Amino acid sequence: MKTFNYHSPKDVKEATKLASSSSAFLAGGMTTIPSMKLGLATYKDVIDIKNIKKLSGIKVSGKTVMIGATTKHAEVAASKDVSKAIPALAKLAGNIGDAQVRNRGTIGGSISNNDPSACYPSACMALNAVIHTDKRKIEAEKFFTGMFETALKSGEIVEAVEFQIPEKADYQKHPNPASRYAIIGVFVAKHKKDVNVAVTGAKSCVYIDKDLSKKLSSNFSSSAIDGTEVKSSGMNSDMHASAEYRANLVSLYTKKAVEAC
Amino acid sequence: MASLVGSRVERKEDTRFLQGKGRYTADINIANQTYAVFVRSPHARAKIKSVDTSKALKSSGVVSVLTGKEIAEDKIGGLIAGWAIRSEDGSEMKVPGNPPLAKDVANFVGEPIAVVFAETLDEAKEGAEKVKVDYKVLKAVVDPADAMKSEAIHDGVDKNLCYDWLLGDRKAVDEAFSKADKIIKVDLINNRLVPNAMEPRACVVDYNTASEEITLYTTSQNPHLSRLVMSAFGNVAPENKLRVVAPDVGGGFGSKINVYNEEIVCSWASKKIERPIKWVAERTESFLTDTHGRDHITHAELAVTKDGKFLGFKNETIANLGAYARVFATVTPTYLFGPCATGVYVIPAAYSNVKAVYTNTAPVDAYRGAGRPEATYTIERLVEKAALELGMDKTEIRMKNFPTQFPFKQTLVHTVDSGDYVAGLEKAKQMADYAGFEARRKKSEANGKLRGIGVSSYFEACGIAPSAAVMSLGCGVGLWESAEVRFNPTGQISVFTGAHSHGQSHDTTFAQIAADELGVPMENIDVVHGDTDKGTFGMGTYGSRSLTVGGIAIVNACKKIIAKGKRVAAKMLEVNEDEIEFKDGEFVALKSNKKKTIGEVAFACYLPGQRDEMKSPIPEGDEPGLIESSFYDPPNFSFPAGSHICEVEIDPDTGNVKVEKYTAVDDFGRIVNPNIVEGQVHGGLAQGIGQALHENTQYDETGQLMTASYMDYTMPRADNFPDFNLGFTCTHATSNPLGVKGCGEAGAIASPPTVMNAVIDALGGQEISMPATAEKVWRACKAMKKSKAKAA
Repeated sequence: MKTFNYHSPKDVKEATKLASSSSAFLAGGMTTIPSMKLGLATYKDVIDIKNIKKLSGIKVSGKTVMIGATTKHAEVAASKDVSKAIPALAKLAGNIGDAQVRNRGTIGGSISNNDPSACYPSACMALNAVIHTDKRKIEAEKFFTGMFETALKSGEIVEAVEFQIPEKADYQKHPNPASRYAIIGVFVAKHKKDVNVAVTGAKSCVYIDKDLSKKLSSNFSSSAIDGTEVKSSGMNSDMHASAEYRANLVSLYTKKAVEAC
Repeated sequence: MASLVGSRVERKEDTRFLQGKGRYTADINIANQTYAVFVRSPHARAKIKSVDTSKALKSSGVVSVLTGKEIAEDKIGGLIAGWAIRSEDGSEMKVPGNPPLAKDVANFVGEPIAVVFAETLDEAKEGAEKVKVDYKVLKAVVDPADAMKSEAIHDGVDKNLCYDWLLGDRKAVDEAFSKADKIIKVDLINNRLVPNAMEPRACVVDYNTASEEITLYTTSQNPHLSRLVMSAFGNVAPENKLRVVAPDVGGGFGSKINVYNEEIVCSWASKKIERPIKWVAERTESFLTDTHGRDHITHAELAVTKDGKFLGFKNETIANLGAYARVFATVTPTYLFGPCATGVYVIPAAYSNVKAVYTNTAPVDAYRGAGRPEATYTIERLVEKAALELGMDKTEIRMKNFPTQFPFKQTLVHTVDSGDYVAGLEKAKQMADYAGFEARRKKSEANGKLRGIGVSSYFEACGIAPSAAVMSLGCGVGLWESAEVRFNPTGQISVFTGAHSHGQSHDTTFAQIAADELGVPMENIDVVHGDTDKGTFGMGTYGSRSLTVGGIAIVNACKKIIAKGKRVAAKMLEVNEDEIEFKDGEFVALKSNKKKTIGEVAFACYLPGQRDEMKSPIPEGDEPGLIESSFYDPPNFSFPAGSHICEVEIDPDTGNVKVEKYTAVDDFGRIVNPNIVEGQVHGGLAQGIGQALHENTQYDETGQLMTASYMDYTMPRADNFPDFNLGFTCTHATSNPLGVKGCGEAGAIASPPTVMNAVIDALGGQEISMPATAEKVWRACKAMKKSKAKAA
């Protein structure tokens, strides 16, 4: 790893002041550190935001669950409040990576990285999340813009993610046998008016399957999507799974999720 | 005194390993050491036009940069193939040079080109980035199926063919096939595996400028052999100026048999730069450069009668050696594979033909089982298919062709000393509730799942011996093992062995054996291994040889100790030697019942006299001291055998395969420590099931390794396995005095066909290749549904 300057600011203002075109914010470091070790990324300044108290913690109000950016997956998984309000979200967090990852990795890091096979982005999309940054509020739908791409501007920090509490929800994933990332993951959320089926892993970026969402909105049962063909076009094809296989899994796991709701 | 051999003694190693007190190569630091980083080829095949080290040499902290040019100038030899194989036409195998640093051409991704030594690891890495290598990229030969039709990658190796080897009688096989009612055929791929030892390879070299001695600490399964090769072929230093220490080693599985480029380079360079050197592989380097395993393409046929008797067997295999032929690379697909391919059956005529080819991929060498897993997969897939095609029960067809008389002269090479294959399969059937399978299958079916059962019966030939026989077949070394048993004056005992423990628990099992022989508590015994300055010599640990060869050397050295002890005790007790009996650690004069403990005898051997009297306990013709050694060269291989039964359940919607039940019944002869043997079986099963369902090494068409990390290479995990159901039968080996057989590789040998037979059974006989990954199985399920729908 190349040498760099390590900073540990106490508040967001200080952190953003340190940011430059050759800096990186560090939370759990689940992607940043390996990238630096492998020489895929080099930074002059690494700005560790873990000590900014304001960025961590879970708050449940009447309609939403607000999770601070540096809250670890293990904390979300173990939170009684989250389990009560959105059990599917706690379940999702409890199945990310392994125990080490869950005790270092953070929600803000996960969504800012926007790995196409990460779990959290699907929850954000299905649960109509609003991403709070130091500058603005961004709807999930507009936040995830492409493979490892988000609407975040340089130097902008995610402060919290606010999830809408659904009537029912479930997350199902088919893990990659090697990495245990999602080959595909499906987050189904039934809100008062409509149903969202958010899919991760299948394409270059998380998305809402509009066809499945629509059918389930008018009839929330797995039979409603019987015979619905999920198209494989545009889906990822790699040595772990072809597009055709992924398409099969999306329809299968959507049903599983609906049945588990 | 109760025998320790056979009891579940807790591992002596556990204390240090479980408390993090192991001392591995990477834990060793020498004052003033430099750090080595290797510059490796990013191309699978390229001409090296030039190597410019000038910028690297100016980089901060860099001490030295060396390349293939300097190593050639110093006449340092390359890596070697340890076994000469002759082709069917009588010609010798073709082996290209394999210099420690490639000078003119790189032949696989990861091959070392240059090395940078610097004050810190980061500086060495930085320096390595500044070495500029100018390559001319050439078209790589990657697929072994195409290798013989492709451009030769090595000068003088026509068609990329190392050898075209035959064992057996083609004419007799043709005759047998002409009499058959049915010919069963399979086309198999034995998938390439990356060994993935938990500890990556490493070396620390300390050159003493005064004594001119090089001390090499390294991750080796066979330090003496490493020293021999580095001295005799590498020209690094004479053997008496080279000390090789393999301290705690975290797993080898065959991948740490070879002396690798890095150890040769660092040992040579340490003398050149007069600085200690440390090198530790990163995980990616392990994936790219540790010798891989398996990688066969096989077409095999079995000639059968309609009532299921086997008449003949043929095996046509292409074995991928990778870029170079390494130590056991040439024997693994020949003598370790060919003879075992007829399995545990009486087959009157057989042959194995193997073409070994070079490709621009990482070298392939022995990996847990080495040849026998490939052999067992071949015959056991054939036998299972024969049962299906003949409509016979899969256990019945096996029983029908088992030998029942031992010694059993197997078709191609071996005379198997002992075994009871019928008892093994009967026991496995009973433990697995074979009879109740149909009910379980129906239950799975009712839940929308497919359930399959698979059987395999295996034998394997390990503890390769005797030396004269293996050397006559081309082996470059003798495969004996040595031991020295050294009584200290105050009664503790050091047992030196030439075997090496890198997970096998020799500290425990060898101490159990010696304690039983010498009649002393196990706590009094320390087993010493892994250092060429300690103990006599040794061939190391691989091929399940440690106990059957090295263990017997310990027994024989102990027997010599007792023999001398008897003479000394007789003199001390003033009786004739034949009046002394040794029992439970005591020399007893039978008539008078006077005794001397073995500790008292040892003490007397070292302090042979007493005050006020000129009297020695040492008989005339003997010398003081109590140290004995033995070099044991067994008369035959060891032949463990057994039957395994696996049940899988497949979810046709996802293709996920779940191993529901796994029963292994093995005959390892006499078992020294059941805990340790069970651990060995568990580990072997994990690797074999990993091969069948999860692990796959994939290169793209340019020779880049696509599965070069745990993100893409599926290492099996605990949740991939059920509780293993283990049982044992026991027929004592007659080729050694303990009656023991090797146990280290059996799990990895028997399990791939067992699991695949179960998967294919669940798929209604539809064949798929290893690993049976979810998508592959899902596609097979879809095809099955389609054909069923058609039939309906």
